[in-house]
Amino acid sequence: MVTLSDPPRESFRLSQLIYDTRYRSMTIQVVALIGFLILLGWLFSNTMQNLTELGKEPSFRFLSDPAGYDINQRLIDYNNQDTHLRAAFIGLLNTLLVAFLGCITATVLGVIIGVLRLSKNWLVARLMTIYVEMFRNVPVLLWIVFVMAILIESLPAPRAFKGENPSATMKVFDTVAVTNRGIYVPEVQFGRDAKDDKGEYLDEPTGWRTGLGDFPVGADPDNPSCESYFASEGPMAGEPGPGCGRFQISLDLMAIILVLMAGFYVSHRIKTRADHIQEATGERPTTWYLRLGVIVIPLAILFWAMGTYLTYPSIERGFNFQGGTHMRNSLIALWLALSLYTAAFIAEIVRAGIMAISHGQTEAAAALGLRPKRIMSLVILPQALRVIIPPLISNYLNLTKNSSLAIAVGYMDITGTLMGITLNQTGRELETVLLGMLIYLTISLSISAVMNWYNNSVKLVER
Amino acid sequence: MKKTVFLGALTVAGLAAGAAAAGTLDDVKARGKLNCGVSTGLVGFAAADANGEWDGFDVAVCRAVAAAVLGDPKAVEFVPTTGKTRFTALASGEVDMLARNTTWTFSRDVDLKFTFVGVNYYDGQGFMVPKELGVSSAKELDGSTVCIQTGTTTELNLADFFRANNISYEPVPIETNAEAQQQYLAGACDVYTTDASGLAATRATFETPGDHVVLPEIISKEPLGPLVRHGDDEWGDVVRWTLNALVTAEELGITSANVKEMASAAGNNPEINRLLGTEGNLGEMLGLSADWSVNAIATNGNYGEIFEKNIGENTPIGLSRGLNAQWTNGGLIYSPPFR
Repeated sequence: MVTLSDPPRESFRLSQLIYDTRYRSMTIQVVALIGFLILLGWLFSNTMQNLTELGKEPSFRFLSDPAGYDINQRLIDYNNQDTHLRAAFIGLLNTLLVAFLGCITATVLGVIIGVLRLSKNWLVARLMTIYVEMFRNVPVLLWIVFVMAILIESLPAPRAFKGENPSATMKVFDTVAVTNRGIYVPEVQFGRDAKDDKGEYLDEPTGWRTGLGDFPVGADPDNPSCESYFASEGPMAGEPGPGCGRFQISLDLMAIILVLMAGFYVSHRIKTRADHIQEATGERPTTWYLRLGVIVIPLAILFWAMGTYLTYPSIERGFNFQGGTHMRNSLIALWLALSLYTAAFIAEIVRAGIMAISHGQTEAAAALGLRPKRIMSLVILPQALRVIIPPLISNYLNLTKNSSLAIAVGYMDITGTLMGITLNQTGRELETVLLGMLIYLTISLSISAVMNWYNNSVKLVER
Repeated sequence: MKKTVFLGALTVAGLAAGAAAAGTLDDVKARGKLNCGVSTGLVGFAAADANGEWDGFDVAVCRAVAAAVLGDPKAVEFVPTTGKTRFTALASGEVDMLARNTTWTFSRDVDLKFTFVGVNYYDGQGFMVPKELGVSSAKELDGSTVCIQTGTTTELNLADFFRANNISYEPVPIETNAEAQQQYLAGACDVYTTDASGLAATRATFETPGDHVVLPEIISKEPLGPLVRHGDDEWGDVVRWTLNALVTAEELGITSANVKEMASAAGNNPEINRLLGTEGNLGEMLGLSADWSVNAIATNGNYGEIFEKNIGENTPIGLSRGLNAQWTNGGLIYSPPFR
């Protein structure tokens, strides 16, 4: 006789949460999560309570107070009566500038060095090994300070350029001054910039070739420096004074960028057409002069039409060079040191990427008759990119974060302004550092997003 | 077993929290050491010598407080702080007091929540330039490059001065005095600006001090003094009255040479007796021993002695007393009475 029994009824007892393996891991995780949240909450409330007891309730109102300090390198207009927020923004722009310059230089250097390290030439390969080992094994702060010390100690001071028999002279046909305060290079100016305060043209060229001027974003008619911008007549009509608007966009630069982009687009179309002809007929038409022409000729016409001229740095009187563009040695030192340091890491990544491509690829390409240079640029590097990009992202992030060492050479980045002087003058440690962390987080996530997008576009398409 | 460890840890944490809540004075006594924030190195004010012994005008204040509280002027842990890190160090309790040529300002006192216990040096911001520039007034500095220590009041004064005189300049922010010195000497900046006393101290360390001049303009008031955290008045009193004891000692003619002898028995001057603890119980009121001021004065002498030894006219720094003379000699140094 067979007894049939019902399957045991599912019943749930609390003890199962611990003794039943189906639930146990869940229980542990929930308990750990609650514990973690309690810890966070305790930290938060403790900080708040302590700050309140100190009489320093967290508040971000200080951001709208006048900063009161000056910043030497300003990409947009700023004076010491502007707010702490604007000072922080100036710092942010400086951080972005050095990070941008650094990433480009480090990539170019890193790729070259990484490829050269695999060279069959014994001397070149060893030299590159020495470079890589030297740079990546010394802390980047020391490199920054070292480069700055070299710039300061080995280059002449501006006053060495003065007098009857100056002990230092300007380089490149007397147009570039290399001093221990930075490098002064000629500055590109457009006709319109050549007016003086009374609205008179200071220099050739004149007439209608006056450039496009600047556009003030958020211009306020009540602001005295905007008076000339809103005026319908007068010598300076339509031109914003310094400090008008939140920031000013150079329309000349915009025009140049537009023409350049159009030129590149047309040039790309010519290349596509040449490709089609090559595929159809087997013969590639010579296009280099066309491709060069569509970029250079419109640009040259634009420069002429806007009345482009150069101003040269000069030092006849005063303490510093006047005119020209000043690249401060704090920027140069930081940029150089960060690039050289990061390039050592990128070189290793590039080397790893190349070595990850099987040697058969090189041999196959060689068998097709490609020369070594073309094998590298057409066959190896494109495949190596998918190995190279992900670690490259982290190096870009590292470079950006390392730029916070800028204060060592007195470069006013976001750490120097918001988390440096502003923190010190207002005593708002928690708020400024939190803001600073948020800003770095945003920058890093943006870089990651862009690079991940690029990574997706170069990675192997699997079918 | 595990529970015991956990409870034990809780108890320890609770005790530590309890100790932290007690006054700084008790903390210092329990620790047996005073944590004193000083500058990273400014000859004459605070600098470590070849043996790592700290010495200087500000250091003497730390030592006097340590002597008053612990009876031992050597029981000081010196914490070098930069212009940027000093306030965080004090607010977080890393140091018990700051004696680091720090300017007493409204916002530091009220907004940053510190208590300035007095002024030990009346200073003002000045400019130093190389002689060869031929500059004789700060108003001729239009377009110059100026080295400044970042995170100080000098940064703001400088901006105000150039703005008020409608002249331009290029600031070069620098972390420490040593870096500023390097940049200034290499000609990377034309001008170095900081408190006039700091300029004199820096200039004294140059190879050829004569090649550099300090311009006549003093563009700000910089009363420098020791400070403690807000809200711990007992500790603030100890530091304040130690400083006052040094000042009063000079006024009353008590020196490091004669303090022991004067303190051995009550004399004719009741104020000296009260100060030195041979009469009354001022030390007890502060929570210190009766000979607190004797120890403080015996360490480095009275205010005048400390001044002369570290930054006075016979030292390389060569500062005259000027505003920092006793009020009886036409200066501003003045202590409330010990009564």
